[in-house]
Amino acid sequence: MAYSKKVIDHYENPRNVGSLDKGDDAVGTGIVGAPACGDVMKLQIRVEEGVIKDAKFKTYGCGSAIASSSLVTEWVKGMKVDEAMKIQNAQIAEELSLPPVKIHCSVLAEDAIKAAIKDYQDKQAKAAGEEPDAPKAAE
Amino acid sequence: MSVKTPIYLDYAATCPVDPRVVEAMLPCFTDNFGNAASRTHVFGWRAEEAVDAARIEIARAMNADPKEITFTSGATESNNLAIKGIAEYLADKGRHIITAVTEHKAVLDTCKYLERRGYDVTYLPVRADGLIDLEELKAAFRDDTILVSIMFANNETGVLQPIAEIGKLCKARKVLFHTDAVQAFTKVPIDVQAMGIDLMSVSGHKIYGPKGVGALYVRRRRPRVRLAPQIHGGGHERGNRSGTLNVPGIVGFGEAARIAREEMAEEQARVFALREHLRERFLAEIPHSIVNGTLEHHLPGTLNISFAYVEGESLLMGLKDIAVSSGSACTSASLEPSYVLRAMGLDDELAHSSLRITIGRPTTREEIDYLADRVKDQVERLREMSPLWEMVQDGIDLNSIQWTPH
Repeated sequence: MAYSKKVIDHYENPRNVGSLDKGDDAVGTGIVGAPACGDVMKLQIRVEEGVIKDAKFKTYGCGSAIASSSLVTEWVKGMKVDEAMKIQNAQIAEELSLPPVKIHCSVLAEDAIKAAIKDYQDKQAKAAGEEPDAPKAAE
Repeated sequence: MSVKTPIYLDYAATCPVDPRVVEAMLPCFTDNFGNAASRTHVFGWRAEEAVDAARIEIARAMNADPKEITFTSGATESNNLAIKGIAEYLADKGRHIITAVTEHKAVLDTCKYLERRGYDVTYLPVRADGLIDLEELKAAFRDDTILVSIMFANNETGVLQPIAEIGKLCKARKVLFHTDAVQAFTKVPIDVQAMGIDLMSVSGHKIYGPKGVGALYVRRRRPRVRLAPQIHGGGHERGNRSGTLNVPGIVGFGEAARIAREEMAEEQARVFALREHLRERFLAEIPHSIVNGTLEHHLPGTLNISFAYVEGESLLMGLKDIAVSSGSACTSASLEPSYVLRAMGLDDELAHSSLRITIGRPTTREEIDYLADRVKDQVERLREMSPLWEMVQDGIDLNSIQWTPH
C-alpha cells in the first residue's frame, strides 16, 4: 500500500505528540477507539477564553491514524471551540488523501476532537455548579 | 558494517530463485522446449527426461517414489486437488473431513467449499502454543471421516504440528492424511513413509525455485490413494492433473529441491543461529516483546513476535527499507487481525502488534543486526506516541478500561 506524502510526513514528523494535565479544568481529553480494533487515539486540548490554545495527541494505530490525529491537533490550535466542533472526517481524509480502507482513521480523529471538546465542556459545566448529568430528584 | 537496502526478510512469502536453479531452467526455454507429452520425437523425449529427473529430486527430498509425485501449478492447486479430489473420490464412503483452524486459506476455503456441497468439516482448535491437541483429533474421528488435513508448519508462526503422531492416528483409523508442507519442505527433514503421510502439498517458490510450480505427493502403496482429478483434458500426470507440463518450472523445482536437500543441514543450522540471535536481541533489548507460538516445535528461520502497545502496520511503515510482514489487520484486505494468532488465544491487541520475520538463504548477520536496531528504534519511538504505553507506564490496567470499539 502506498501512503500519500502528507501521511508519511505526519508519520515521520508527528506534530504535537504528548500529554496535557488532564486534571486541569481548562483541558479536555478525548480517548477513542479500542486496542482490539488496532487503533486508540488520545487527543487533548487546552482552552482559554473559548479558544484552543494548545493541543496534544498520542495514537496507537496505523500510519494513517497517526497522521489523522497529528493533523487535527495542528488544525485546532488557535480555533474557537465551536469551530473545532465542526471539523468533519471528510476534510481530514481529503487533506491526507486517505484511501477508502483508511477512512475510519479520519472518523476516529473527528470523534477524538469531539470527545475532547465534550470533556472540556462537561468540566466547565461542572465547575459552574451545574451537574450536567446529575439526577434532579435527589431533593 | 553497512548493509545494502532494501532488506528482504519475508522468505515465507516467497524466495528469489537460486542462480543455480535459473541455470538449470534456461535450456528449457529455448533448446529443450519440447512438450513432455510428445511421444513421437526427440524433443518430447528430452523434455520428459528432464521432468523425470526433477520428479526424482522432489521424491528424494521427502523419501517418496517418483511415481508418487504429481506436478501442479503450485501448492494452492495441490491443496485443492488433495482435498476436493479425495472428497469426491470417497464421497460414497463418507463425507467428513478434519482440519485445523490455523490452516492456510487454500485448505480452509477448500473445506468451506465442500461444506456448501454437503460435506461435514471439523475444525480443530489450537492451544496457546499453536499446536493441535492429539486427544481432540482422536475425539473428532467419526465412522464417516475420510480425510485429515493438517499443515506441517504454519506459515505465520513457523510452528510444526506433530505430523508423525497424526499420521499414526490416521493409519489406525484407516483415514487418509494430507499435509500442507509448503513451509516445511526442505527446511526440516520430511519422510512420508516414517510419518505416515498419504498426500502432501509442496511448492517451488518457497524453496528458491520458480513460482507457478508445485507438486502433490500421492501415496501409491499401503494404501494406494486415488483421487478424482480437478483439471481434465489429456490425462497427464497419471490422470491426476491434466495440462501440458511446465517443463522449465518443473526442472527448476527439481534443482531447487536437490540443492535444498543437499544443503539442508548446514543451511538450516545457519538460519537457525541467525533467528536465535535476532530473538535474543529482541527479548533483551525491547521490553514487552512476546514470541508467538512454541519454539520447541518450530521452523528454524521463522520468528513471529509481538511488541505490545505498538501497532504492526505503523511499525512496518517505520521499517520501510526492510521487507517483513505483520499480523496487523491494517495489512490485510479483510481488516481483521491474523486469524492464526487469534486462534492461539492471543489478544487482538497483540495480534495487531505482531511482526513475522523469515530468514533465508541469502540473509546475513549484518542484515539481522540492522533489523534489530531499526525495530528497537521504531518501537521506542512509537511507544512514546502510544496512549496505551502511557497508560501502562502509569500503572493502568488496559483491560479495566471501557473501550469504544468502532
